[in-house]
Amino acid sequence: MIHLDKVNKFYGDYHALVDISEQVAKNEVLVVCGPSGSGKSTLIRTLNRLEDIDSGRIAIDGRDIHAKGVDVNLLRAGIGFVFQSFNLFPHLTALENCMLAPVQLKRASRQEARAQAMQLLEQVGLAHKHDAYPNALSGGQQQRVAIARALAMRPPIMLFDEPTSALDPEMVGEVLGVMRSLAQQGMTMVCVTHEMGFARDVADRIWFMAEGKILEKATPEEFFTRPQHRRAQQFLADRRRD
Amino acid sequence: MLELIDTYWLYFLVGQYPAGPLGGLVLTVLLSGAALVLAMPLGLMLGIARVSPYRLLRWPTGVVVQLVRALPLLLVLFWVYFFLPALTGVKTSQASTMLIVLVLFDSVYLAEIVAAGIRALPKGQFESARSLGLSYPQALRLVVLPQTLRSGLPSIVNQLVSTIKATSLGYIIGLSEVSFIATQINTLVFTHAVEVYLVLALTYFILCFGLSRLAFLLERRLQRRAMAAS
Repeated sequence: MIHLDKVNKFYGDYHALVDISEQVAKNEVLVVCGPSGSGKSTLIRTLNRLEDIDSGRIAIDGRDIHAKGVDVNLLRAGIGFVFQSFNLFPHLTALENCMLAPVQLKRASRQEARAQAMQLLEQVGLAHKHDAYPNALSGGQQQRVAIARALAMRPPIMLFDEPTSALDPEMVGEVLGVMRSLAQQGMTMVCVTHEMGFARDVADRIWFMAEGKILEKATPEEFFTRPQHRRAQQFLADRRRD
Repeated sequence: MLELIDTYWLYFLVGQYPAGPLGGLVLTVLLSGAALVLAMPLGLMLGIARVSPYRLLRWPTGVVVQLVRALPLLLVLFWVYFFLPALTGVKTSQASTMLIVLVLFDSVYLAEIVAAGIRALPKGQFESARSLGLSYPQALRLVVLPQTLRSGLPSIVNQLVSTIKATSLGYIIGLSEVSFIATQINTLVFTHAVEVYLVLALTYFILCFGLSRLAFLLERRLQRRAMAAS
């Protein structure tokens, strides 16, 4: 579904992504992990063109998404993106946050969008909070609304950029629970996360990144029991010590 | 003092109107209001251009903003009053001269308020709007500006208060706004300068302070509405 071919990205002299060639299959749940500064977030942000790439090719369903003439808005409407910092719109209620894109992009009438937004909030367990403004919600609730909002365009792909890193520990579980149920419904997901429990239980595959390269790709089983690369072994040892 | 007010209140309020041109307090209020109403859309556009991703929009507006901000209003008033007719061949009245200058200054200062508000918004707001598939103009209109304008409300009111006070500079080109009228009254009665200018000061104070209070109440209501719903 997603094909990366020799993708390179530079920030000035800094080589952020080095010759990344990989694929993500339909219905696959992929977890990308690695130490900070390894290029995980940069990589996931190139998948919906929040970041440009300097060379190589990224294709989704066979279409080069970084090519000239690609309708970037149409592309993004088909890819849900969940941010570390939630980024809910503070001047809109939870429900309005989930209705904005479908209504504005004319995918649904107001009534349809409203019904769908209620159903999505129900799905993330927050139907009762539909009238609340973001600042009245806890971090975990905000992130669940953000997931509902990202789902509102019915995207076939969901990208998660460290969705639980800004949360208090007791709220991590509720967000991971929502992601887990999405995975069970067959959503194609790319998740940058440090939650190794989630990676072990839910991921179909894991990419381990460091210094802009994918050093190891493995099933959770392989990755957690027999990590091949020295950096991956080090990373997992550090995690266990935490 | 009461006698003074009793005799001149109408003159103070509307100038020589209807025998002559409209003046006085009404002119001051009308000019300030018209300036802000005209400058709002202009300032919004300039402010958006100032933070535009396109250099072609960003640079010229930057030049205009920096230039106007670095000049005294009074000087620009002279320019427009004395040079503009030479260029266009049409004599510009005092009132329209004042309006042009006020709109120019207001839109530049409002542009800076809008631009500062947009810059101050977390980058994630733009990013999440764009990640949903909204275009740049949609993200601006639906996500960025509603927040910017709400947080910028106190600054916008500040600007309106400044505008009201700036109309008094029209005195220098003979615009019969309220300060000019007060001076006329002072010349007529001659012996009551303190009273005349006290009334003038009080008038400006009531107008400007009232406006600030109104904005404060409005702001609090917006806040409360956001809170009440949650």
